[in-house]
Amino acid sequence: MVYCIGHSIISPLGEGSQANVEAVQAGRSGLRLYHNRFADVEPFCASLFDTPQEFVPLCICSVTCALNDSQIAALPETIFILSTTKGDNLDLLTPAQAIVQHFGNPNPPVVVSNACTSGVCAQITAKRLLEAGLYKHAIVIGCDIQTRFIVSGFQAFKALSPEPCRPFSPDRQGLNLGEAAATIIYTAEPQPGGWKLVAGSIHNDANHLSAPSRTGEGAYRCLTDVMAGMQPADIDLLGVHGTATPYNDAMERTAIERAGLQDVPVSALKPFFGHTMGAAGVVETIIGMEILKHGTFVKMLSGFGGVNAAIRLTCE
Amino acid sequence: MRVTHDIEITTSSVILDGQPIVVQQTGEKMLVELYRRFVGDYPKFFKMDTLSRLGFIAAELLLKQPAAGNQQPVDAVILANRSASIKNDRDYLATITEGNYYPSPALFVYTLPNIVTGEIAIRHGIQGETSFYILDTPQQLNAIIAATPFQSALAGWCECSAQDKFYAKLQTIWNN
Repeated sequence: MVYCIGHSIISPLGEGSQANVEAVQAGRSGLRLYHNRFADVEPFCASLFDTPQEFVPLCICSVTCALNDSQIAALPETIFILSTTKGDNLDLLTPAQAIVQHFGNPNPPVVVSNACTSGVCAQITAKRLLEAGLYKHAIVIGCDIQTRFIVSGFQAFKALSPEPCRPFSPDRQGLNLGEAAATIIYTAEPQPGGWKLVAGSIHNDANHLSAPSRTGEGAYRCLTDVMAGMQPADIDLLGVHGTATPYNDAMERTAIERAGLQDVPVSALKPFFGHTMGAAGVVETIIGMEILKHGTFVKMLSGFGGVNAAIRLTCE
Repeated sequence: MRVTHDIEITTSSVILDGQPIVVQQTGEKMLVELYRRFVGDYPKFFKMDTLSRLGFIAAELLLKQPAAGNQQPVDAVILANRSASIKNDRDYLATITEGNYYPSPALFVYTLPNIVTGEIAIRHGIQGETSFYILDTPQQLNAIIAATPFQSALAGWCECSAQDKFYAKLQTIWNN
């Protein structure tokens, strides 16, 4: 078990977790239509920063904000774990090293690149490394900024919705992309109160690289793992991936029903932030913790490569 | 934790459990040669990018070995490298050059390093954990593997940084 001692979200909705939670509670969305953001790219609906951001400074801003929150410094016994899919112009390792160097931390960073599940997987990696006694604190950063590369790819898959996305709606048309940097700081040192990361699980569907399993096999196994010893009634909130593509949401519904969690309240945050890729698991975990305040929260994600992940957090 | 089998693939050599496999070709042609000699019945191989072909071939050769008194397949795939999916990323970018905007979904899906773990999982029916890390050194990966819960895993380094520039060193590891 590891303990959350600070977090931050920097997104088009605001700077800091509080500003982002308030925006969500007020029903504000970062999504809008972009016509000429990237050369040659067809118009698309997304949640992007007004001024294009650079990857490393954006991450540093998010970490600084979370460190202020947690009252710890980036000490030698701290490991930095970066969750991203495309990093800084396709380079994932160099920006992670630049972030670590900025904070004067001596430990080589870990980058988790497990497609859309990366932000949840990075938290699972943090839990494992802290529980193994290798470090005292882990700074988990999720960040992706949108480029022509990503937008064109999702357009090629015809996965983008021309309108703000509608997760789990019968008339959903696809996903919207988004940009954000978010940070959660975990510590191995027991804390009085606050959120604890209790369980985590990663499973592959072993079915298809880009289409979710019809039986939701990987997602179902992740939910079963993180529910070990728990009853469905013990779960106060289930944070789904909810990309609003027809196949993803149908797969999640199947997995949720197979796990007996169909009566648990569900949150799907992509209509506010878009799909922030490497940041999604971190952003959506923070919003879940803040909106629930206390109780038990399960967060799930799925992604390309057939990978699924889930974590369970609790706050008494 | 015990290592049951290991394989090292460079652009001109293959060493399985310490024994060299003699190859005629080098570079990406060598991967095709290995596919034809040791697999042959999985045409999806030809859709894969080089990183996936490399991991796929390494997994084929490793998982055909007797699993030290235990015949069940591995339940986890944990891989790492320094350069993510950079070779295929650049190939993909080359298809969306200025004024020529026709992205290929078949190439785009391989612009993630964890796709190779998915290819291996699909081929061998592995429904346990698949994870891909971007790290500076294999020593970092060893620490992560030691902290990861699994019964048996296919784990190691799998990298393709440019055309005909790749390296893999994978092991099967058992925790019981």
